[in-house]
Amino acid sequence: MSVFDTFLNWKVFVQTLPLLLSGLSITISLGLAAILLGFAGGMALALLRLYAPAPVRLIAIAYIDVFRAIPLLVLLVVVYYALPFVGLRFTPFTSATLALSMVSAAYSAEILRAGIEGVPKGQFEAARALGLSPLRRMTDVILPQAIKLVIPPMTSNAINVLKDTALASVVAMPDLLKQATQAQALAANPTPLISAALIYLILLLPLVRLVGIFERRMAARGR
Amino acid sequence: MAAIIEMKGVIKRFGTFVALDGVDLTVEEGEIVVVIGPSGSGKSTLIRCVNQLEEHSEGSIVVDGHAVARGADLGAIRAEIGMVFQSFNLFPHMSVLRNVALAPVRVRGLSWPEAEARAQRLLARVGLESQAGKYPAQLSGGQQQRVGIARALAMEPKVLLFDEPTSALDPEMVGEVLDVMQELAKTGVTMVVVTHEMGFARKVADRVVFMDAGRIVEQGAPAALFDAPSDSRLRNFLNAVLTH
Ligand SMILES: Nc1ncnc2c1ncn2[C@@H]1O[C@H](COP(=O)(O)OP(=O)(O)OP(=O)(O)O)[C@@H](O)[C@H]1O
Ligand SMILES: [Mg+2]
Repeated sequence: MSVFDTFLNWKVFVQTLPLLLSGLSITISLGLAAILLGFAGGMALALLRLYAPAPVRLIAIAYIDVFRAIPLLVLLVVVYYALPFVGLRFTPFTSATLALSMVSAAYSAEILRAGIEGVPKGQFEAARALGLSPLRRMTDVILPQAIKLVIPPMTSNAINVLKDTALASVVAMPDLLKQATQAQALAANPTPLISAALIYLILLLPLVRLVGIFERRMAARGR
Repeated sequence: MAAIIEMKGVIKRFGTFVALDGVDLTVEEGEIVVVIGPSGSGKSTLIRCVNQLEEHSEGSIVVDGHAVARGADLGAIRAEIGMVFQSFNLFPHMSVLRNVALAPVRVRGLSWPEAEARAQRLLARVGLESQAGKYPAQLSGGQQQRVGIARALAMEPKVLLFDEPTSALDPEMVGEVLDVMQELAKTGVTMVVVTHEMGFARKVADRVVFMDAGRIVEQGAPAALFDAPSDSRLRNFLNAVLTH
């Protein structure tokens, strides 16, 4: 038996590909949901952390610190296996989305805060001097500039979220990795695992490259 | 004549440092007041207290009959006070036209077409009618500052504050901005101008205010102040600036 028959067996590949693709679609749905929810939550947290009165600000800081400190796998297991004991029962997809979004929100919050703080002070002053309301200052003047600044780190964060979706296989989520391990057991051949690894790479390598391009462009503009 | 700005006993501290040390200043409607003084004397702090970019520590500030203080509707008060910054502070992600039209829409409630028509008119007034579609980064410093003036005018404010509007400009662009300001002064707008341009002060000001160490040391008509300064600090300052 050649190496190809073992690790990239064409017959096994064709047989298990539909399974892998259904896993991929779940991986992508989960990733996108967590990225979007994490962005929305992160935006709210960043604004609270920067501008809310002290007690609320402290809660935001505490949230951000806790969810950056807790290992995602631990959080996932707690949400899926521990919360049912207090009557909170979620599907695997909901559990995984929750855990991933809560952590991504904490990281997004710190990225967005840095972005907002990176907007020159004169922009805040000009917006205030014109009489714009606090909300308008943010939506019209500050956030468009801040978001432009955080596109590279936000893309990095999105890559991390997409990678971390693989952890969801521990809560019986039929994502790409879970489908691949099951297909491997069925076919008694590691080809599905290798295929899954390649699919992850095809999904993520362009994003990694994109971050590199963004960063080079930012550096060039910063000169 | 009605007072547009009335400052009484205004003190501003940064920590323990006293940047404004009991300033009384009244600016009448239509008056052009030029503020001069050495670096660190509190000129910027003075005009930044008027629109509360800095919150004063003590004393009272009344703008157009409204007390400017913590808890006041600062948005409404600021809408009546135009400000032109040394570093322009145009919004880099918006076209020149939108820079000028934004606040009239968001604060005054104009429609976009109305505000853009107004913006276009003001850009023509500062000689930039053909630049409306450009972005700030595509303009020279002098052009950017003229947009800054148009942006402030678009709110039809009761008073315009200028904080060293030409200090960040290359020398060859100072003139075009001062010309716009001088034209503006003729139209009866109330202006408070912090500047080191003594020629402008002499020609345009109704009153020159000299500050030192957070206080107004001397003030008066430009001719009197420049030709017969009574305070020795003013004499030293003028010597330093004019021989410079
Ligand atoms: N945010 C701040 N925190 C601490 N000190 C400040 C702050 N802003 C101004 N100061 C101090 O207050 C004093 C007055 O500053 P201000 O900017 O009003 O001076 P200025 O007359 O405008 O000077 P310049 O001609 O250099 O612009 C200076 O000594 C300055 O260091
Ligand atoms: Mg200053």
